[in-house]
Amino acid sequence: MIRTSAGSGLLRVQLAALTVLLGLALAAATAARSAPTQLAYVSSEKDNAITVIDLATLEVKGTIDTCKRPRHMQRLPGSEGRMLVVCSDSDRADVIDLKAGRSIDQIPLDEDPELLDISPDGKIIYVSNEDDSRMSMIDIATRKVVRTVGTGPEPEGVKVSPDGKIVYVASEVANMVHVIDTATGKILHNITVGNRPRRFEITPDGNELWVTNELAGSVTIIDRQANKVKDLIQFEVKGFRPTDITPVGMTMTRDGKTAWIGLGKANHVAAVDIASRKVRSLTLVGSRAWNVALTRDESRLFVVNGLSDDVTVVDTASGKAIKSIQVGRVPHTVVIDDQ
Amino acid sequence: MKAALARALSAFLLAVMTMPRRTAMILATLAAPLAAPGLAQAETREAREIVVGYLTWAEDPRYDPNRLEDDYPRHPGARPRAGADLALEEASFALDANRLKVRIEAGAVDSLEDGKRILDTWSSAGVPAVVLDLPGDWVKALASHDGPAAPLLFNATATDDDLRGASCHARVFHVIPNERMLADAVVQLLGARRWGRVLVLQGPTPADETMGKAYADALRKFGLKTQASRPFKLSNDPRERQLGNVALLTSNIDYDAVIVNDADGEFARGVPFHTILPRPVLGGDGIVAQAWHPRFERFGAPQLSRRFVKANGRAMSGWDWATWMSMKAITHALIEGGEATANGLRTILRSEKTILDGFKGTRLGFRPWDQQLRQPIFLSYGSGIAGLAPFEGYLHQRDVLDTLGFDRGDSACRSIGS
Repeated sequence: MIRTSAGSGLLRVQLAALTVLLGLALAAATAARSAPTQLAYVSSEKDNAITVIDLATLEVKGTIDTCKRPRHMQRLPGSEGRMLVVCSDSDRADVIDLKAGRSIDQIPLDEDPELLDISPDGKIIYVSNEDDSRMSMIDIATRKVVRTVGTGPEPEGVKVSPDGKIVYVASEVANMVHVIDTATGKILHNITVGNRPRRFEITPDGNELWVTNELAGSVTIIDRQANKVKDLIQFEVKGFRPTDITPVGMTMTRDGKTAWIGLGKANHVAAVDIASRKVRSLTLVGSRAWNVALTRDESRLFVVNGLSDDVTVVDTASGKAIKSIQVGRVPHTVVIDDQ
Repeated sequence: MKAALARALSAFLLAVMTMPRRTAMILATLAAPLAAPGLAQAETREAREIVVGYLTWAEDPRYDPNRLEDDYPRHPGARPRAGADLALEEASFALDANRLKVRIEAGAVDSLEDGKRILDTWSSAGVPAVVLDLPGDWVKALASHDGPAAPLLFNATATDDDLRGASCHARVFHVIPNERMLADAVVQLLGARRWGRVLVLQGPTPADETMGKAYADALRKFGLKTQASRPFKLSNDPRERQLGNVALLTSNIDYDAVIVNDADGEFARGVPFHTILPRPVLGGDGIVAQAWHPRFERFGAPQLSRRFVKANGRAMSGWDWATWMSMKAITHALIEGGEATANGLRTILRSEKTILDGFKGTRLGFRPWDQQLRQPIFLSYGSGIAGLAPFEGYLHQRDVLDTLGFDRGDSACRSIGS
């Protein structure tokens, strides 16, 4: 918005022309930013790099160099076309410009960061600091740690509520979910869940918090109003022992009907009917299937296989694996940019 | 409550009066805080304190300074108490949230008799569990020193097969893997690598013979072939050179691998790279089965190893892991709502539903038939890991972890009942 009080006619004309030009430039920039790259990005812990996959051909297009031991990745809300990569051994996140395909900025994340979530307004990062048993809140603008909250040992999954008022943190060792008030940093509730809780999803209706329990082979469903455990899904896979079922990664369809869950060493992903808690289908993928992501049209699921260094693409309608794509060493998270 | 406390105090005083001075002094300092929380508990809603004992033998030859310097791979390189402390620290958040307070109380005794006395004291004070860092014969003797409120004993360092077999006891939970589990892990590695023909070098001591039996049974179980078993002796005597010379011991025969049944480790240390054929050495040295390995990179293991190094300035060993796991099992049972008594904890730890997290990538639990912790086992070679047993392809009708050690069918334990 350009404002001017008064001035000569010439200046006005110049300003008007400038305004038009700026407007055009802004429009062009906005268009460029919002156009998706049609690529999938996979972090690999042992390569200090992100593998880039072309969504149309399902071929690897190249890699993006990043900081040390990249693990969790998430898009930065409010800045289309940017993604944060958590680098546990560099104690920071790299900001990746997806269009440019390179790291353009760095944000310090306190010591040994593992997973993060970002406030809905895109201003605050909530990150679990695994070795120091705490969750840190970091102001993206000032790059300062605003507050830290002590948690149970080895905090892992972090999830901010859609209204930004609550952040959930899972402690892998205390087998607990901490319900933390983002305004005060106070732990409001500690909810005991299954053994080795890892990741969260909030159902699209906002009523339920789902937690994967890696060693218990289950998902605990928490009532977000009551802050109490309300249900448990115990997985069974034919031909696999209960001990092989180690769920970690999870995502949900926008209609709130289906949850896709990676079952770890059971080498399958499960499609769970959210309403009935029933497993609708199981798809054989790679070794230690953990983090998962859906394409925008939800026709394809990308599954990261931590022990076979590849990504399996699943056709969600048929529940069939359509391709395995070799990526970097010890892949961790996949982010898809096709919005 | 008060009556129980009075009984506890009188038992304690009696014990103190009848014991050697040094132990009495240790006990006096230990027992003073024991009584207080009991009193506080009745009046306030303060988190109640539960005491877990940690018993060691001051003169334990396994920790003789010269012995520690030798650092043979089958023996601890340091007292493993730090593992228990770390586990308690890890549990503190969940204990607090459940309004529980746990404290470790150490007892370092000079004799078995003192060990029994301190157990009695703990027993009267309502201590539900004791971690034992003691040799096998001590564990056996203390297990049968029974009483109505006798605490559970967690065997963290004695690998004797007999303790899980004929000498098993319902009070004792075994956290460290036994000899047969270790042998099964090594033999599974041989099978997985197709090194099927084995030369056995057998030592003369009773401990070597126990180890030899574990390996012979493991080789038979997994169908590997023993090409020959040759006795060795630590000797430079030229008249016995066929017993002491590794080149001679490993010549005139073909084999894929050498197993050295040397429980001590002095002879075994000289075997790798001294064989007449270029073959791997396993058992007493070379590739050695361990409960933990600080280089393990998966399933949260690096976090645990890093925490341990940070706190103690040394790498975490299998024995550290076992005291850590013992404490973890005890606190887990308490958090799960177990009554803080031997029976309360025992019920939870024997339940098939209980899942223990040993940071080895799979859920662990105690076998109901002999109360041995089922667990994956590392095959360690100095700087790295040659494999993690059970290996792929070794199947079991219930739990693949039961391919390691005494399965329900081959257990000689008769006094627990599953």
